[in-house]
This record gives sequence, structure tokens and C-alpha cells, in this order.
Amino acid sequence: MGIINVQHLRKAFGNHEVLKDIDFSIDKGEVVCIIGSSGSGKSTLLRCLNLLEIPTSGTVYFTDEVIGGSQKKINEYRSKVGMVFQSFNLFNNMTVLENCMSGSRKVLKRSKEESRVISIKYLKKVGMAPYINAKPSQLSGGQKQRVAIARALTMEPEVLLFDEPTSALDPEMVGEVLNVIKELAKEGLTMIIVTHEMAFARDVSTKTIFMDQGVIAESNEPEKLFTNPKNPRTQAFLSRFING
Amino acid sequence: MEKNIVEWIIFLLQEYGIYFWKGTLITLETSILGTILGLIVGFLLGIIQSTPIYPEDSMAKRVYYKMLKGISNAFVHIFRGTPMMVQAMVLYYGLKQYGVNITPFSAAVLVIMLNTGAYMAETVRGGIISIDNGQFEGGKALGMPHFTIMFCVVLPQAFRNIIPEMGNLFITNIKMTSVLNVIGFAELYFATKTAANTYYRYFEAFLITGAIYFILCTIFTKLLSVLEKKMEGKKDYELATEYLAD
Ligand SMILES: Nc1ncnc2c1ncn2[C@@H]1O[C@H](COP(=O)(O)OP(=O)(O)OP(=O)(O)O)[C@@H](O)[C@H]1O
Ligand SMILES: [Mg+2]
Repeated sequence: MGIINVQHLRKAFGNHEVLKDIDFSIDKGEVVCIIGSSGSGKSTLLRCLNLLEIPTSGTVYFTDEVIGGSQKKINEYRSKVGMVFQSFNLFNNMTVLENCMSGSRKVLKRSKEESRVISIKYLKKVGMAPYINAKPSQLSGGQKQRVAIARALTMEPEVLLFDEPTSALDPEMVGEVLNVIKELAKEGLTMIIVTHEMAFARDVSTKTIFMDQGVIAESNEPEKLFTNPKNPRTQAFLSRFING
Repeated sequence: MEKNIVEWIIFLLQEYGIYFWKGTLITLETSILGTILGLIVGFLLGIIQSTPIYPEDSMAKRVYYKMLKGISNAFVHIFRGTPMMVQAMVLYYGLKQYGVNITPFSAAVLVIMLNTGAYMAETVRGGIISIDNGQFEGGKALGMPHFTIMFCVVLPQAFRNIIPEMGNLFITNIKMTSVLNVIGFAELYFATKTAANTYYRYFEAFLITGAIYFILCTIFTKLLSVLEKKMEGKKDYELATEYLAD
């Protein structure tokens, strides 16, 4: 069984069924990219994995255990499965360093000194250590996203979820963020990444999932999915992308 | 020889200055104490009202929060929906009738506290919901419990938006102490009345009292705008040059 295992996951908002019977499993060290057109349910799927949305039905296993239950259990689970948002969601009242230290101190209960050392380690990794004293409002989008990644890494998560990490960025900043994620992939971090960057998905993922209207329409190794899509809807989506 | 207005004011201040001064101090004391206690009540209620109830919480916890919210809601509606003067009468004479004697000072502080609490509850709740939901989600994704996010992330940000309303309430409270003479809380009012009655100089006496309220309110407005500026924080930051090399 994989590190994350999703079985018969459904999510409806009122009578609008956004996710319809999703099944997939990912192993430790895998990098899964989820692609698909707007409104197909990619964000909702990711948010269900993090329990920011509570699934209507179905089960998610994390290392063979069903996720959910009390708030305490949910929070414990979230501390192991990090999430990076399209809109960064850095804490506006804290500096870069305080942002990174917050989870380490308040959730993992590490000491101040230890949290500081770990935070600086990961800030260095994303190239943001010189900015430890800056507030989020004083950073560019690419810088904010790199800090958000460092903040998630200070929790030393087992899985990291990304919801369109570069969609809110100016084109010239997309590269710096994607490079950080590629670096993490090389190091073997397990990741699920929702993205519209097709070249990146093809390059970095071990498995690519194409979502369409709330179902997984196709899931395959990136080489196969991008060069030889089986499902006509995948073909249509990819050709739309290639032809701009 | 007949005195002019200025001369009358100076004369009244010479004669009754000490009473005006004492009245001013007690007015200040009451409104500061009442407002601070009220702010605490308001924050508590505002936080209670914006606490989410999750379907996966235990039954007992859900019932408990629902009750707290219900009580807090009722409290806010009642105190916002009735005049402070009437509340003061009901509280003071009501308690008296049932054998609980409290001083007019305590009654005044209590009424101001409850009123401020009711108004602040709504302001705090508004301040909290005005903060982008992403701030909550950022905290949740790290595994932070609701109250950690509330106290470390959301309230510090909401606080800045709340300051102006805190200032308004403070000033309202300073002025509101003047209607509390209905329960015998009347230091400044009493000084004014005595001064006015003795020499039959109502205009000058109330002019003095008006000026006192005006000065107090002006001072507080200034103090709060200083606090607001302070909360804005630094506009620039220092690069940590020791890490620039990497
Ligand atoms: N909280 C919500 N309440 C109601 N409907 C929602 C909610 N969140 C999402 N939806 C609906 O669910 C559908 C899927 O949304 P979702 O955000 O998962 O799409 P997506 O694949 O991430 O799209 P995009 O590429 O634009 O980010 C949409 O039709 C959206 O309107
Ligand atoms: Mg989305």
C-alpha cells in the first residue's frame, strides 16, 4: 500500500458533485502531477487530502491509517502532510523567519533555537535566508512562494501538496519556484503538485494524472501520457495546450 | 460691578476648581476602568462567536459551543438594543431592591463594561472575519489548532482594524458618564450643579464642564492615533548580510 491511498473519494458542494469516485495511490518518493482544465476539481481533491475540505464520502489512508477524526488527530496529520497554496498564505503579521518558525514552535514544540536553525536551513535552501527580517508584504510573489515552501519544509513533512504554486506569479518568477520544487523532487520528497506548467509536469513527475469533470480521466507515466494520450479528452486538453 | 463671562468662569474655577478636578478624575477613572474591562469582555465574546463548530467534534463540545454562542448573542442583542441610562437604572435599583447594594461607582463601571463588551463583541467579530481566510488556511495546513491561529495570526492582524472603533467607544464612554447621574454617579455633574446653583450661572458652569469633556476626548483621540501609528510597524527591513554569500 502506498503512503497516500485514496478510495472512492466523493465531494459535493450542495447538489454539485465536484469529485466523483476518485481512486489513486502514491508511493513514498513519488512525484505526482495533476493536470486538467479549470473547474475539473484539482484544488478540491488536494484540499480533501489535507482535510481543508471534508470529503462527502470515501476514504483517504495515510501510511495505512484512515485520516480524520478529532481536530487533534487532523492537526497531527496535517503536520506531516504540508501544503503550499497558490496565494502563498504567509502570515502577514510575521517576518519571514517568524513564519518559518511558527509551525516548528507551536505545532512540533521544538525549542526556539532549534526552530531557528531549522528555519534558516530551509530558507537557505530556497535562497531566501537574507530576507529573514522582511515581512511578506515586502517580498515579490516568487520570493513569497519560496518562503512558503521553506515554511512547509521546516515541518519536515512526509508528503508535500502544491496547489498551482506558480499560477499567481509573473512569468519571470515562475522559474525560480519551479527550480526549488525540482530540487526537492531530486532529493526524493513525496509530492503531489497541481499545475498548469506542462513542461514542468512532464519533466518532474513520476506519474501524471489528468482530471476532467471530477474524475481521473487518465493516469500514466508522463512520457506516455504526454506523447500518447489514450483518452480523447486528454488528447483534446493537451492539444489545446500545445496549440495555445 | 457685573462680571463678564470670562471673569465668571475664572471665578467659578477658583471657587469650585477642586470639585471640577475631582469630578474629572472620577469620570476618567470610571470610563478607563469600564472600557478596559469591556474590551476584555468584547474580545472574549467576539472570539467565542467566531469559533467554528466542526461536525466531527464530539457531541458535548458542540452543545457547549452552541450554548456559549447563544448566550453571547443574547447578551449582545440586549445591551445594544437598550439605552445605557436605562440599563444603569435597572441594574442599580434592581440590585438594590433585592438587597445587593453596590456603590454608584461600581454600578457605573459595570454598566460601561457591559455596554462596551456588547459593542466590542461585534467589532471584534467583524475584525476577525475581515481577515483573509487564507491566513487561517495557512495555519491549518501547518497543523495549528484554531486558537493558536486566532491568537498568533488573526487577532494581531484584526487588532489594527479594531483600534479606531476602540477609540470611538472610549470617547462615547467618557461622555456617557454624564448621564449616569441618574444612579447618583454624579461627581462632575454635581460640581457643575453646585457651582451653577450657588451663583445662578448655569451657562458658565456648564461651559466649563463641556470644555472638560472636550479636552478629555481630544487627548484620547490623539493617544489612540499614536497607538495606531505604532501598530503600523517598520516600513523597511535589514537584509541579513551574513546569508548573502550562499
Ligand atoms: N467551497 C466551494 N463551494 C462550492 N463550490 C465549490 C467550492 N469550491 C469549489 N467549488 C466548485 O467545484 C468545482 C471545482 O473547483 P476546483 O477549485 O477544485 O477546480 P480546479 O480544477 O482547481 O480549477 P482551477 O484550475 O481553476 O483552479 C468548481 O465548479 C467550483 O465552482
Ligand atoms: Mg484550483
